[in-house]
Amino acid sequence: MAAPPPRLNTYDAVAANRWRTVLLIALFTAIVSVLAYAVGEYAAPGGGIALLPFAIGFSGLSAATSYFAGDRLVLAQSKARELAPGEEPQLRNIVETLAIGLGIQPPTLYVIDDSAPNAFATGRDPKHASVVVTRGLLDKLDRTELEGVLAHEMSHVVNRDIRVMLLVTVLVGTVALISDGLLRSMWYGGGRRDRGRGSGGAIIAVVAIVLAILTPIVAQLIRLAVSRQREYLADASGALLTRYPPGLANALRKIADDKEALEVANKATASLYIANPLKDRPNFMDGLFDTHPPIAERIRRLEAMG
Amino acid sequence: MELWVVLAIVVVIALFLISMYNRLVTLRQRVREAWSDIDVQLKRRYDLIPNLVATVKGYATHESTVFQNVTDARAKAIAAGQTGSPEQRAQAENVLTGALRSVFAVAENYPQLQAVQEFKDLSENLTATEDKIAFARRFYNGNVRDYNTSLQTFPTNILAGMFGFTAEQYFELADAGERETPKVSFS
Repeated sequence: MAAPPPRLNTYDAVAANRWRTVLLIALFTAIVSVLAYAVGEYAAPGGGIALLPFAIGFSGLSAATSYFAGDRLVLAQSKARELAPGEEPQLRNIVETLAIGLGIQPPTLYVIDDSAPNAFATGRDPKHASVVVTRGLLDKLDRTELEGVLAHEMSHVVNRDIRVMLLVTVLVGTVALISDGLLRSMWYGGGRRDRGRGSGGAIIAVVAIVLAILTPIVAQLIRLAVSRQREYLADASGALLTRYPPGLANALRKIADDKEALEVANKATASLYIANPLKDRPNFMDGLFDTHPPIAERIRRLEAMG
Repeated sequence: MELWVVLAIVVVIALFLISMYNRLVTLRQRVREAWSDIDVQLKRRYDLIPNLVATVKGYATHESTVFQNVTDARAKAIAAGQTGSPEQRAQAENVLTGALRSVFAVAENYPQLQAVQEFKDLSENLTATEDKIAFARRFYNGNVRDYNTSLQTFPTNILAGMFGFTAEQYFELADAGERETPKVSFS
């Protein structure tokens, strides 16, 4: 009897992601609380403590919103349309097949009517998951390549990466929004208030400004740290599922060679996609601020498996 | 005092045994669910075959042995599904897969047939079903392995013996087109 094929143990990935979810929410609450405290102290002495309950309440509410409704938010923002029952039978067949191989129910399928080839998965667990592909992906890839891409996305679903990525996307976006608003209000309104105060007010103002600048950067770094390694992992588990690494490798090559940017993607949702949809020029911060590992490296690893 | 210590130890051991027993039941249940996945797909294939034969027959009139083979293989596979062990069933399914391949090989010789929409739909459906069988089998075998491993490892093997848990069989389909398992490295 031939030895059964080895499987990647997804239980480890699931457990790790459960911790990451808790950690992320805690970190987010801490960041928002520190910001709120600084702003409160800046507005009036003792105001920092008074603002804390609101900060914690707000954090809990945002986390709950992104956990339960984040997928719908992202889908709506990407202008994704749910696939009708008889539409794209080949895509549906591939997804059903992979779902059988993973022992999950098939995710809901969405399509973005854009000719740039790309795809992403979102949701909170295999029972509440959606896989989104662009029209360009369906037109430009053949069956094995499409299978490779979908296996990658469905690995994200099984490993519960989708939940972490969704939380990160929504929470980092919120932090960026808050500090952006804060900086603006201090820039225009800060001078007036400072006139009647001593040096204590000025120090707190400086601290608040520094925090407001630093927090989005820290938040961004957290997001990158969690998103790059998991792309390699999803590539590997996807290839293991289809038993055909060249499928995904060829698909990645085609997606990378395509020069078109996906119009509905933005900085917040870019890290969800299988390959960077923004096609922005690489810059000197590339190594640090790239949401995706370099495609060439991903292809090299896939080819090493074959 | 000593009574409480003894009682506490007994409770801990009992909880441990219960969780071990429940784990075995869960694993065996997963094997059975995975088996029903295979079953659904095999039945779907039985349903698609008569249509395929009817469609191809309309064009390839002189190939009656091929059609007879696939019809016989289907009947045998259905019979094996009702009575046989996974091993016998896998054997019958292998024969059916081979017979189906020869139908498609024959169909290649008839260009008009390739253009018929019904034939295109049937071959997409059959390709998809073959894929689903392959993936369902892989999932099933993975679950059987997890279950059998825990049956054989200490200390679960003692409990398994006491409650009559027995090893499940792998479902092997010899497939010429079976892809090699890729080597995964995270370097």
